This record gives sequence, structure tokens and C-alpha cells, in this order.
Amino acid sequence: MNALKTDSNIQHETILELQVNNHPGVMSHICGLFSRRAYNLEGIVVVPIGRGKISRMWLKVIEENNLEQIVKQLQKLPDVQTVTRQPPGDSIFSEISHFFSS
Amino acid sequence: MEQLSGAQLTIRLLENQGIDTIAGIPGGANLPLYDALQASTKIRHILTRHEQGAGFIAQGMARSTGKPAVCFATSGPGATNLITAMADAYLDSIPVIFITGQVPLSLIGTDAFQEVDIYGISIPITKHNYLIRSVDELHTVIPEAFRMASTGRPGPILIDIPKDVQNSITSYDPEEQYGFFDQLQAPSLPTVEKIELAADMINNSKRPVLYIGGGVIHAESGYLARELAEKNSIPTTMSLMGLGIMPHDHELYMGMLGMHASRGTNRAMKESDLIIAVGVRFDDRATGKIAEFCPNAKILHLDIDPCEIGKLKKTHLGLVGNVRYSLEMLIPHVAENDRSSWCIHVAKLQQENPIFCPNDRNFNKPYSIILEAAAIAGEDAIVTTDVGKHQMWTAQSYPLSRPRQFLTSGGLGTMGFGMPTAIGAALANRGKTVLCFTGDGSIMMNIQELATAVEEEANIKIILFDNSSLGLVRQQQSLFYNRHIFASEYKHRVDFCTIAKGFGLKTYSIDDHHSLKSVFEEAFSNKGPALIHIPIDIEEEVYPMVPPGAANTTMIGGELTHECA
Repeated sequence: MNALKTDSNIQHETILELQVNNHPGVMSHICGLFSRRAYNLEGIVVVPIGRGKISRMWLKVIEENNLEQIVKQLQKLPDVQTVTRQPPGDSIFSEISHFFSS
Repeated sequence: MEQLSGAQLTIRLLENQGIDTIAGIPGGANLPLYDALQASTKIRHILTRHEQGAGFIAQGMARSTGKPAVCFATSGPGATNLITAMADAYLDSIPVIFITGQVPLSLIGTDAFQEVDIYGISIPITKHNYLIRSVDELHTVIPEAFRMASTGRPGPILIDIPKDVQNSITSYDPEEQYGFFDQLQAPSLPTVEKIELAADMINNSKRPVLYIGGGVIHAESGYLARELAEKNSIPTTMSLMGLGIMPHDHELYMGMLGMHASRGTNRAMKESDLIIAVGVRFDDRATGKIAEFCPNAKILHLDIDPCEIGKLKKTHLGLVGNVRYSLEMLIPHVAENDRSSWCIHVAKLQQENPIFCPNDRNFNKPYSIILEAAAIAGEDAIVTTDVGKHQMWTAQSYPLSRPRQFLTSGGLGTMGFGMPTAIGAALANRGKTVLCFTGDGSIMMNIQELATAVEEEANIKIILFDNSSLGLVRQQQSLFYNRHIFASEYKHRVDFCTIAKGFGLKTYSIDDHHSLKSVFEEAFSNKGPALIHIPIDIEEEVYPMVPPGAANTTMIGGELTHECA
């Protein structure tokens, strides 16, 4: 996903958890924000929750300097309800990593 | 309960928002909307000759009044033709609602005739956008679009409505109250502690500069910015989007800053120890090389958009919130101060480095032409510009005295903006004269809208500076590309007066025996559109100029060889 840097140094990694409206344009809005503002998006997992009106989304972001700006920009999107920063360590990405081992 | 089609409902909801004018062009996919519009007694339609013209007419209405404006286009090419006007509105935070027809839902994704994914295309250039999938969504989406366009940081909204949705029937309760502007969110306010910290920064500063921009105009708070400046005697500079807030004859007026500012303004910024930035976004044309912008100053930034605080420049204190409320809270904490030594110093810098001499009336010089037009048009006139040398000359010299008087494409810098925007401003401000300063390059980019201007009897006066070139491009080639003048001069001279006559305008040329003054007097006193063609020497440049990428203190040209009388 738009990964400009691939040497994923664990210390620079941040997991953002988003609650977003679930409709066909939401992924475009979020991915478009990352690509047009040249932020690195390393991984993305998204699943509808409840009755499917909203989705939960996890973003693996490799940005140090721009992180605050990314969070503020995400919060501005009308389809994004909440953005929270996950504590480092275990994340959904480690749980699914066995699907992606080469 | 009434049974309405989606198209009828759309028109009804637009009427409920107070919309009385819509510019646009019909086509296959928005014909139901047009059929509903023809039955409206409240909304007048302006038929343009290109959808981009409709987009800029809507911008002219929105920029001159502050209220959201609407334009219509069909699917496919109709929608793509709106994109430049949409991006322009996005970069300058202008509330315009673009409503496009779309192929029926069942055909979406099949590469149907005139199908284009305008929803996808418009994501990066709108504040928000919608593809309507069911007629019932219209009840909420249209009022929400108006609220979103005009509250918070304003911006353009796209609503794409498939043709079958326009034809679907829904019930409408005239009492339904999603209708009018409901301020759902309370405006965010800075905390009292932050306000006090900000006031301390101002009160303790020795050499403050107030740097204000379009955000102050959007918040209708120009008078508060002036009050702050006057109470604490703070010399004030404006971004291109902020021109008009501080009147040209005010003793604290420093004009615009940046690439084509006066030498005095950019020098004063360098000496400043505090920049109070209000409703601005530190655009590169304003700041020059950002690392060297106001190197000795702390930055206090007031803006409604939290993303703008610290985006480009380290900010010492940011106050997020509607700048009207922030300024209202801040002013009582700011001490009265006459700052005589700093103000005298700044005034001296300005006097020693004028861009032009107001009393030099040399009538083939751009500044003289602009000043003469302003004197005859009077203070009530609205001024639009296109993009290029004429735009910078007008920004430097036109005696602006109020917000929303000066309409120009700041962020996107769109050639072709000026004339259709002038039409929109004239339609929304009947009785006022709208001057449109343009160039021979820019006018050609939307010249088809001259027909619309004549049809609508728009009271616009197009002052065409003709230097037979893309002047600012040519200037950069001259200064920075070893005088390799390439692709910036027009070899064929177009007879603009004949063209404008063909469209039905009154035309005037300064080549003949009439003086500038008498031509302006005659052209401005008659109602309706007119074009005044004025040849300008191709070597007439815009000075001073900061080279792109350089610090604002690196200024080329513009030293006067004599003292102003």
C-alpha cells in the first residue's frame, strides 16, 4: 500500500484504529488521503461491525514526523467517526502475520 | 405529504436553502433535474457555454456573498469540465455545491455512455462528496451538504445523482426540518488559558506583525482583525486572499506579503519578533522559503482548521476555532499600545520602498490604468482578476477597502477564473459594477462566457491588459532561464474587440483618440457588459519579485529610480 519505505523499523510503526462509516467510497477517501499527502501506509485491515453500518479499520503507519498531521487529517474526514492510537506491541497485524509469511 | 421525484425533491430542498440562481448546462443524465427546475418559480437558471464557466459563476456568487452557491452539470464530460472550478474552490475554501447527473445505478461500472466516476475523481478536491444510491438519501444529504459547505472551514461539495434516482418517487413533508442551516456542532473555542497566553505573547512583543488571510473573511471577522491591529498598533499584512480586510489607506496597512510584496513589507517581516497569523495557511507564495520566513519571530496562529496549525512552520501557540470567536475572546486581553518606534520604523520602510508612486499618472503603465479605473468605478465596485501579471499589479495597487471586494484565484491560480467569476458576482450583487482585470492569455481560457454575460446583462467591465504573451511565464524565463523565451509569446495577435463585439459586448480600445479617463467613464456609466482593450508593453514586468524557492528577503527589481512626489 503506497509504501515508500519498506524497511519497517518496529519503533517507527504506529497502529491507528478507526471507526468509519461503511459505504463504498470510504476506502477511497482514506487511501486517497495517504497517497495525495505522501504519507506511508504499510498495512490496512478493515471489517464491518455490528449490523454493517460502520466498519473498524486498522492502519499500520510508518511515519514519525507526520503522525500528528495524519491523525488530524483523518479526523477531518466526515466518514471517520473516531481515530485512536493503539499502544505499541500486539496488534491485529501480528495476529494475522502467518497469512503473509513467505 | 407530497409525492415528489428525486429531481423535484432536489429542487425543493435547494429552494428551502434560499438558492435563487443556479448556473449550469443540461445533458442526458441531468434532464430530470432540469425538468424539475423549469417548474421552479424561485430559482433562475443561468445557461453557460461550458461547465467550468458555471463553476466559476457559482464561485463569484459564493465569494462575493459568503453564502453557498450551486451549479449543475451532466455526467461524463459535463462533470469533468467542473473539475478545475472545484479544485479552485477547494484550495480557497469556497462553499460551492456541485450537483452532477450520473448514469442510472444499474449502468454504473459498465462504461456506459457519458459515464465517469466523478465521485472518485473529486475526492481529493472536495471537502466532501456523495454518490446518491437511493432517493431517500436526498432528504438528508442536501441539507447536510449546505451545512458542510458553509460551516467549519468552508469548501466545495459534490453530489452525484444517478438518473434513475432523479426519477424515483419519494414522499416529502413540507414541514420536514432537515431544511435550514442547523448548527449541529457548537463552534470550537480556544481555552481561556490559551487566550491569556496569546495575549501575553502580543503584549510582550516588541515588533509584532499581524498576518491575515481568507479565513478572516470566511469568518466575517475583518472588523475584529482591524480592531486587534488598532488596539495594539500592529502593522498588518495580508495574503492575496486577505486583501481588502485592512483598507489601503489605513496607517497600519502593509499590503500583501511574499513573492510580489513591497520590499518594505518583506523586510519588516524579517525584523518582526512575533507573527500573529489569523486565517492563513503559510502558502509558499506568501512565505517564500519557509525555513527563512520571519526567522526572528515567534508564531501565534489562529485558525479554524487544526491541520493548519504547525503544518509548515513551527508554531509557538495555536488557537483552534472560528477566528471570529477567538478574536472576540482575545481582544479584551490585549493591551492598548501605540508602539510608536516600531510603527514609525515600519512606515519608513514602506515609504522608502514603494512599489509605485500613486501620483505618477503615466497612462500606458499598468498601475496608472488600475488606479484610474478604481477612481472612476468608486468604492462600491467589486473587483475580480484572472491570473498573471495583471493579477499581481491589481493586488499590489488597487485601493481595496473591504472584505469580499477582491475576488481572485489564490491557491489554484486558475487562468480563466476572472470573467465568469465577475458574472457570478454581478448576478449576486445587482446594481454594483464589477471590474474584471484580465490578460490576453487568461481571457481566452473561458472566453465563451462572454455570451452568458451578454445574455444575462451582467454589469461587468472587462479591462483586458494585452501584452501578447503569457506574461508571468515569460518573466520567469527572462529572469531564471537565461532569457530563453519559449512558448510564452503569441505570434498571432487576436482582435479582441471584434471578438467581443461578435458576442454582443460594447467594446473600447485605448488605441484610438479617447483618453483612458473618458473611456472608463463611458464604459462604467452604461449598464451591462463591456470590454476595454488596453495594449501593454511586453517588457512591463511585475516587481519586486522573490525567485521561487528563495527567501522573501531575496527580492529582484522594483527599486524606484526617483522619489515619489
